[in-house]
Amino acid sequence: MRARAFFARDKVPWGVHPHDHKRPAADVATRTLPLPERLYVPLQQHIGAPARPVVMAGKKVYKGQLIAEAQGPTSAAVHAPTSGRVHAIGEITAPHPSGLAMTAIIIESDGEDEWIDSSPCRDPFALPPEEIATRIAAAGIVGLGGATFPAALKLASAHKAKIHTLILNGCECEPYLSCDDRLMRDAADEIVAGIRLMMRATGAQQALIGIEENKPEAIAAMRAATHHSPAVEVRVVPARYPMGSEKHLFSMLMGREIPADCRTTDLGALVHNVGTAHAVYQAICAGHPLVERLLTVHGAAVAHPGNLWVPIGALVSDVFAFAGLLGEPARLVMGGPMMGVQLPHMQVPVIKGTSGLLALSAEEIGSTSPSSCIRCASCVRACPVGLLPLEMAARIKAGKLTAAVDFGLKDCLACGCCTFVCPAHIPLVHYFLHAKNELAARARTELRLEATKRLAAARKERLEREAKEKAEAAARRKAERMAQKAALHRSSEEATV
Amino acid sequence: MSTDWLASTPIASPHVHAGSSVSAVMIKVMLALTPATVHAFWLYGWPAIFLWFATVFAAIAGEAFCLRMMRRRALPVLKDGSAMLTGWLLALSLPPWAPLWLGLVGGLFATIVAKQVFGGIGQNLFNPAMAARVALLISFPVPMTQWLDPLPMGSPVAPDLVRSIQIALGSNNELDAIASASLLGHAKTELARGIDLTQIRLPAFGPRGEHAGSLGEASIGLLAAGGLALLLMRVISWHIPVAMLLGAILPAAIGHALDPSRHLPPIVHLLSGGLILGAFFIATDYVTSPSTRLGQFIFGLGCGVLTWLIRTYGGYPEGVAFAVLLMNALTPAIDRWVRPRIYGRDRRGHPLELGK
Repeated sequence: MRARAFFARDKVPWGVHPHDHKRPAADVATRTLPLPERLYVPLQQHIGAPARPVVMAGKKVYKGQLIAEAQGPTSAAVHAPTSGRVHAIGEITAPHPSGLAMTAIIIESDGEDEWIDSSPCRDPFALPPEEIATRIAAAGIVGLGGATFPAALKLASAHKAKIHTLILNGCECEPYLSCDDRLMRDAADEIVAGIRLMMRATGAQQALIGIEENKPEAIAAMRAATHHSPAVEVRVVPARYPMGSEKHLFSMLMGREIPADCRTTDLGALVHNVGTAHAVYQAICAGHPLVERLLTVHGAAVAHPGNLWVPIGALVSDVFAFAGLLGEPARLVMGGPMMGVQLPHMQVPVIKGTSGLLALSAEEIGSTSPSSCIRCASCVRACPVGLLPLEMAARIKAGKLTAAVDFGLKDCLACGCCTFVCPAHIPLVHYFLHAKNELAARARTELRLEATKRLAAARKERLEREAKEKAEAAARRKAERMAQKAALHRSSEEATV
Repeated sequence: MSTDWLASTPIASPHVHAGSSVSAVMIKVMLALTPATVHAFWLYGWPAIFLWFATVFAAIAGEAFCLRMMRRRALPVLKDGSAMLTGWLLALSLPPWAPLWLGLVGGLFATIVAKQVFGGIGQNLFNPAMAARVALLISFPVPMTQWLDPLPMGSPVAPDLVRSIQIALGSNNELDAIASASLLGHAKTELARGIDLTQIRLPAFGPRGEHAGSLGEASIGLLAAGGLALLLMRVISWHIPVAMLLGAILPAAIGHALDPSRHLPPIVHLLSGGLILGAFFIATDYVTSPSTRLGQFIFGLGCGVLTWLIRTYGGYPEGVAFAVLLMNALTPAIDRWVRPRIYGRDRRGHPLELGK
């Protein structure tokens, strides 16, 4: 094993190769979570502004009914995940380590799971591209790979940028997760239909589906489904973390790097997740908005790991109650183990971007007591973007954030490769996220200061101007008075004469 | 469900780990050193074993003392094994029958002055073992150059236990009788006397490569095997060892070809002194070598060339320790100038051009 790793290591010269833990969970047939009694549907499940509720407490809703509309240019609509009654618009813990609250529409299920009158589209490929994007926006679809950027916006910008290639991310490089793998096996035809709709929406001439080599079943299923679509091609890529990073998948498929100040659309390509393509199919062809998603429930503390269809707004505790827990997990994670977030507790809702729920044992987490850096440079070799994590962390530790930026902090993906390999167990990504947040906070303060300065300068200028105008007016009046007096004097003089 | 585990501090991703640890790295290095060390014990007998224990003990004691001074718990830090490894490497670079006090002073110097004063593991600029060796060589030149030919344990010439203790305690009247010049030392002395190298008969290597020299020097083959094991275990990469060997052998070959009367042949450079030990175990020290592969190659090359330069033109017959220390001083500069290219940027950090 070790000898093989030694000889095979430089196939891809970046990243790490963690044990993927995908099987046997990936091979277990997909299950559906029994409908929970209450669903907590957050208004903010995407990048951008939170949605604005359009229902009130007590109102009856149907599955798929719009309950909160997109607000502002970057936002996404939210729909009722089942039929029932709006219990309240209240607060629920956000899926974030802070445990802070966020606003959610709480729906009490009536158990009927009754769809609102949906309008299936008979000939979706006859729709004009703009109409496809509009319907995708109306269905509240966001990037399901985890970034949760509103999908319609990405498609519209790609259409404007005249892209030629649509890249579908089916890498699923995160260990433990297998929901994309499962979806490609279960619903390959629907995904390919979604891809073709997205090609139509963007004007892309070809689509490349990148799948890691460790998913032979998904590769076979997708190959079979793309058989009659010559413009859609499956590309097998090496299994290496973080292959699913947009930059790395793009480079792997297109053979070039994305310049640091560009996006993929500048190079004629748009990257979307395969799960998003499936959601697009559901929205356009079946008329079903995004109200449920496939997610992986996994970890050594889970009794029956596998993939589940879960309605948005179901609590993490519902999911683990269904999958079963073996003892107390040492850590709960939403997302994959490399980039997922630690959950404060189980009373947290599943959102559109939830690709996995992990209950990890202490053994899986490993040591949590960091020691000093021994400068072994494992992190330097693991970093997929060519940074020097040890140098950045040393600077951040010393409070020199701008020095860390000089070392490329802003290019950091927070992929976690460095921390994964660090023999001293230093939480490098923790340092980097802290520094990035701190720098963002400073930038905001700077902006506020600038604004205050600008306002103060404007006020000063206005006061000066007013004072000057007052003085001028006074001078003018005085001159007028003098002139009047002089005139009066003259006229009286004349009268005397 | 109880919520005790909630109390643990939230931490950013990742939530899994490759499973490596600092102590595992140190243990692998020590395992790789073990065959050569055991062989050296056999060659030089009890005085060498005492010396090894004294040096390792002093290195650990020095580290523990500093940690206690800083009111830190010593045991968790000592468990990483780095202090033991430092003492071990220093012991291998000492004359085999050096008195115990020399090992004790060297071990304490290594971890106290060369390591903890700089801030402990990861913070020291210079390789602690080599810094200690050089400090000893400059301070105590006589006991640091008392070489002898191997006297394998069990052979009639080997000292018994009582005699060994006397040797360890510093009574070395016997040593003068059996002392022998190291190969490099012999060559340097003869050259200084104006005798050219083609005229003198160099002391021969023993059947297993053993010859007079420091404790680790006699087991070149086993050291090289240990180094290869480290390469295979991926504890070290080939860049520093290969570059260092090349850096010493290439100029040696050129020099010897041009003027054999003043330059030793490359094979002598390779097999004598601390070149192999230095290339695989000392220059590869993570803390004091550069972070990038290219930087490591430059560093190794520098170590090799400087070793050859010091051996050939310097005042000392052996130059590995000095070469490594000089290149250690250059490591921050190398790390500053040799950096990996960032994705989407050119070598200078500017974004790549879109047209290309």
